[in-house]
Amino acid sequence: MALLEVEKLHRRFGGLHAVNDVSFLVEPGQIKAVIGPNGAGKTTLFNLISGALAPSSGAVRFHGQEIQGRQPHEIATRGMARTYQNIKMFSGMTALENVMVGRHIQGRAGFLASMFHAPWTWPEEKAIRDKSMALLELLEIADCAHAPATSLAFGQQRAVELARALAMEPSLLLLDEPAAGLNIYETAEVGRLITKVRDLGVTVLLVEHDMSLVMDISDEIVVLCFGQKIAEDLPPAIQQNQEVIKIYLGE
Amino acid sequence: MKRLLAILPLLGVVVLVQLLTTWTGTQFYLTQMTMAAYYSLLIIGLCVLMGYAGQISLGHAGFFAIGGYLSAALTTLNLVPHREEWLVRFLNGCGLLAAGKDLYGGKILVVLPWAAAILAVLTAAGVAVLIGIPVLKLKGHYLAMATLGFGIIIYRLVLASSWFGQADGISGVPPFVLLPGLTVSGNVSGRVQNYYIAWGVLVFGLFLLLNLMHSRIGRALRAIHGSEEAADAMGVNISRFKLQTFVLSAVFAAIAGVLLTHFNGGIGPSEAGVMKSVRYVAIVAVGGMAHLWGALVMGVLLNFLSLRGVFGSYDDAVFGLILILIMLFAPDGILSLISCKKRQVQLTEAPKDKEA
Repeated sequence: MALLEVEKLHRRFGGLHAVNDVSFLVEPGQIKAVIGPNGAGKTTLFNLISGALAPSSGAVRFHGQEIQGRQPHEIATRGMARTYQNIKMFSGMTALENVMVGRHIQGRAGFLASMFHAPWTWPEEKAIRDKSMALLELLEIADCAHAPATSLAFGQQRAVELARALAMEPSLLLLDEPAAGLNIYETAEVGRLITKVRDLGVTVLLVEHDMSLVMDISDEIVVLCFGQKIAEDLPPAIQQNQEVIKIYLGE
Repeated sequence: MKRLLAILPLLGVVVLVQLLTTWTGTQFYLTQMTMAAYYSLLIIGLCVLMGYAGQISLGHAGFFAIGGYLSAALTTLNLVPHREEWLVRFLNGCGLLAAGKDLYGGKILVVLPWAAAILAVLTAAGVAVLIGIPVLKLKGHYLAMATLGFGIIIYRLVLASSWFGQADGISGVPPFVLLPGLTVSGNVSGRVQNYYIAWGVLVFGLFLLLNLMHSRIGRALRAIHGSEEAADAMGVNISRFKLQTFVLSAVFAAIAGVLLTHFNGGIGPSEAGVMKSVRYVAIVAVGGMAHLWGALVMGVLLNFLSLRGVFGSYDDAVFGLILILIMLFAPDGILSLISCKKRQVQLTEAPKDKEA
């Protein structure tokens, strides 16, 4: 069974069909990429899958259950994590605390238990901290752990955001342009990290502009143009696809 | 443990202030320190709502008034004429009523302060839920306007209702026996005791909120403040957390209202006024919004000065001015000016460290 099934998904903004009748599958353990020119509807597609937007019609099935129209926090608890094209750090918190928020759904401590610092929450709190620190180490930014997250360099913030998403122990990770604003070395580094994440057993769906990165790491590619899926294939086949070449390079 | 240690110096200061006033024969200051402590209890609760969860409320005097007015009304309303009604008999049977005599020797039957206090705080919490569910969907100015509307409603209700004494308010509120030998009252002989009760409650409240802020819940609240969209995607149920925080701060306000009303022996409509709510917001802003210690220090200091009459009849004007000045020159609070300087010093020193 596919981990994520997108079926005839459709979203209108007034007269604009931002996502138009898009269907595809994401199999467990894959790195799947969604590419397309600016305005093709990639980020809208992500927002529909993660629950930030409700679709006009169509279905999204995650672990076999329909999730379209549900709240993002409900979808998150089912094991879907995401990052953003414009990094959304929690300002006023350290890098470590940002990652610890990612462990939110693994915790149980509520208002009263937290206020009274109930002893049963101590091991939980320690586990949250240790696990978050381990993730920062995994992503090689442990030395920034106690710095305010928004004071970090762009690339480091991306890594913190990735650690934060991984802290949720997701089965599916949505990455929205993980290499945006990075130079070629950093991009290669991000590619290495994404492969590392996949090897941890996390399925990855990413939107990306950087063709070399996409071709390097993806198992399968979906091409969107003006909200419609125009191709879905293996990377070498996409590179040869005449229609894809046409929309990227013109006639 | 670390947070307990941070509170110890505060307790030291509390004791020191009491000793100083005793030695210098200025114990009358303790009265205002007691009142300032109760107002500060409301203010630290509001600080969690505004500074950490990022939701403004211009109606917190309303929750204070619900607490104060309900406990005042219930503990002064003479139930003797209604003695035979089932509800009164039921309450009496549960031991929630107290019989006594009024000034002229007439029989009175009133609700016990404990029962009244619990009912008042629960009512405030209930109202907070009812108001919070629709209102917390709003953001920024709109939320401010809606909570302002709530505050005005409460103000006009207590002013209009004869149950709440209209413009006179309610007086003759009896002492509140917390524990045997521990009584909240404005009696001069109990001034030192009441000072410690008020500060005990405030410090305990601070302790609870500091714990909260350093927990899973506190992180979730700060995350909501940082980016609602990302917090939502992390599995944080935003609307529920906002509502819970709103209720929590309303409960703090109501407890402050109950205790201060018993301490003052009465409550008047000015406690429910909109200017009070504005003042609380101003103090949280001066304290640095997301800064419980700042809110506490500024809450005590400014309320104490105000209660001592330092600002004279310009009281409200002063708080308005403070709000404007803070927003213009120190939007992160007074304390941030000091820590800013510190940071500058660190920055200039940093390169040296690297060379070494």
